[in-house]
Amino acid sequence: MTAQNTPYSTIPTSPTIDKVGVEERVARFQTRSIKGPAKMQGLSMVLSMIDLTTLEGKDTPNKVRQMCYKAQHLHDVQEGLPTVAAVCVYPSMVAVAREALKDSSIKIASVSTAFPSGQAPFEVKKMDTQFAIESGADEIDMVISRGKFFAGEHNFVFDEIAAVKEICGSKRLKVILETGELASLDQVRRASDIAIHAGADFIKTSTGKIQPAATMQVTYTMLMAIRDHFDRTGKMVGMKPAGGISTSKLALHNLVMVKEILGDAWLSNEWFRFGASSLANDVLMQYMKQVTGKYQSVDYFTID
Amino acid sequence: MTESNNKWEYAPSLESTSHIQLKERYDLFIDGKWVKPSDNRYFSSINPATEEKIAEIAWASDADVDLAVKAARKAYTEVWSVMKPSERAKYIFRIARLMQEKARELAVIETLDGGKPIRESRDIDIPLACNHFFYYAGWADKLQDAFPQRNIQSLGVAGQIIPWNFPLLMAAWKIAPALAAGNTVVLKPAESTSLTALKLAEIIEASGLPAGVVNIVTGHGDTGAAIVNHPDIDKIAFTGSTSVGKLIQKAVAGTAKKVSLELGGKSANIVLEDAPIDQAVEGIVNGIFFNQGHVCCAGSRLYVQESIADEVVRKLKQRMESLYLGNPLDKNTDIGAINSKEQLQTIEKYVEIGKKEGADMYQVTCELPAKGFYCRPTIFTNVAQSSVIAQEEIFGPVLTVQTFRTIDEVIQKANNSPYGLAAGVWTDKGSRIFNLTSKLRAGVVWANTYNKFDPASPFGGYKESGFGREGGLHGLEAYLK
Repeated sequence: MTAQNTPYSTIPTSPTIDKVGVEERVARFQTRSIKGPAKMQGLSMVLSMIDLTTLEGKDTPNKVRQMCYKAQHLHDVQEGLPTVAAVCVYPSMVAVAREALKDSSIKIASVSTAFPSGQAPFEVKKMDTQFAIESGADEIDMVISRGKFFAGEHNFVFDEIAAVKEICGSKRLKVILETGELASLDQVRRASDIAIHAGADFIKTSTGKIQPAATMQVTYTMLMAIRDHFDRTGKMVGMKPAGGISTSKLALHNLVMVKEILGDAWLSNEWFRFGASSLANDVLMQYMKQVTGKYQSVDYFTID
Repeated sequence: MTESNNKWEYAPSLESTSHIQLKERYDLFIDGKWVKPSDNRYFSSINPATEEKIAEIAWASDADVDLAVKAARKAYTEVWSVMKPSERAKYIFRIARLMQEKARELAVIETLDGGKPIRESRDIDIPLACNHFFYYAGWADKLQDAFPQRNIQSLGVAGQIIPWNFPLLMAAWKIAPALAAGNTVVLKPAESTSLTALKLAEIIEASGLPAGVVNIVTGHGDTGAAIVNHPDIDKIAFTGSTSVGKLIQKAVAGTAKKVSLELGGKSANIVLEDAPIDQAVEGIVNGIFFNQGHVCCAGSRLYVQESIADEVVRKLKQRMESLYLGNPLDKNTDIGAINSKEQLQTIEKYVEIGKKEGADMYQVTCELPAKGFYCRPTIFTNVAQSSVIAQEEIFGPVLTVQTFRTIDEVIQKANNSPYGLAAGVWTDKGSRIFNLTSKLRAGVVWANTYNKFDPASPFGGYKESGFGREGGLHGLEAYLK
């Protein structure tokens, strides 16, 4: 898919969003009853959907290796736990992760395009992406140019995404909107529509560097964009809320939202991910509480 | 990929009924005491979700109503009208607080008796009912501030007759302003949903409210008629059907009784092409399927601008399929049981009429529980203004959908109804909201929302939807000379 045959102008008009209505709708998702077997299944799904993430300037090869080990061994004292879906690192750490994960089924996601600000020349962004892929990345998490978006140059944003997708080829592309900077839900919706039409395989809320990040209101708005695209074209697009989801409860509420808006078909790590660094341990604690009937101290859960 | 364990079902979560206290048989609450009905007649209250009997309820005769009115008159003359307003306020506050303390029990009983989802009785009915008492308690000693330049005088004894769709909430709408203005009350709940009013009587008893200030007489239509026709009642407040409202209006003609009637509706919910579509779809669902459509102001006539009609209907159907219909006590339930067998038959009759009229019907595909009175959420498209289902109040989860081209056209069509209770307008443009709200002949017009209630906001109708306002200062004025 190139920018030429799906020009920006073919994107349908985005519907307006009423924030108060969204807040009311989102509150309803939080009242569904998830306990017993439903909770166990939900927690297990959450674990399997996590992109275990470290995106810090002070990341070192050993830090990344340790995280990759954790990704494969979430909590070995308990049998039957899934692994996370992927690890998410900077391009410079992709090779380290590739070596650590070897032939594991866990994917390696690399941020790119001058993450997190995206304030770099187009050529640099392309090189950044190319480098991540050549280092062994399975998935690319790019950021959109929010400055251009606010300046009204939606065309530019569209073309940039399409160009990065071209470099990705069959590798899946997640497009980070950085919703905390976009501010209004109308903007979130427009950016979602642009990303989807420019070839995003996933749309993702945030870099994790800007607050607020993955609020339920924002995720709801993006899920509706995915829904509308699916209804129009029959094509599925994935969703990745990232940043700020650190508790099991919030993660389960997100799954309820996915189930009720998009349906059970999206309830797998092929179509839904959580970008998170501390969520996994909270889910493990809740999971072990379900298994043993007792809450265990945080000291029983490893913090790689 | 590691896992694609797709099918995920929520856990059933039935609200416990172990903490509720219900008697097997309820008598009449007259003059602060529980009194047996004079001709010893009782009727059963049924749980519409299971068709099981919950309790026996006293059937008040003319003589019982007379006893209640006498008690109310005595309490009015000797106690309530001469009490310091600030003291009256204390009692009303106390009732509000006691209701709050028993909120969970009241919610469960409301759901058992009426079939509405526990989510609604817990989050909407009961809290709003409490808030009405709190709100009017605050006004009780500020009537002169509320109505300056006026000699404040209460009316006397108010006879109040309430419907079955929001049993406790309607009791609160009626009792709280009447007491705050200094009147005493004889209230008759609807025969299919008397229980929360009787629990309210227990709360009133516990509050120490002087005997006779509030009397609850249960029964059928003849009990209501006895209230309406009683010569010593100063004010009739009725919420219910337009047909009964007309009977009341005839009965009080030529008497000195003051009347307020809050009757039926066939309210228009209007979606313009620039509307926030997904939120409008939520509003449509909330407008017609809230409380199984047993809402006098239900947005039962949907008008969608033609350019977005297909999209709105498609999204509406999609959203309807995600509604959970079932046991009203389950916290996951969005759509509960129809209030009574009679009402279910009425709704089914209209659904048949809709089909015969040639409209296209869509019903949610979910399974219905084997027992109990249930109705699938239903929409009819390709409906004409002249279709029976678009004109008459169905009082169930049945929506008619019509399209329109221009704003003038939709204003005309929305107003083209004998009713005028409420309306909804969905648009992103403020100027359009003001244009429509000023031209729609309806008591309440919501913009980009629907079925929002607040004690401070007056509510009531135009035309055959009744007259008089409840809620806010308007609601207080209805109980003053």
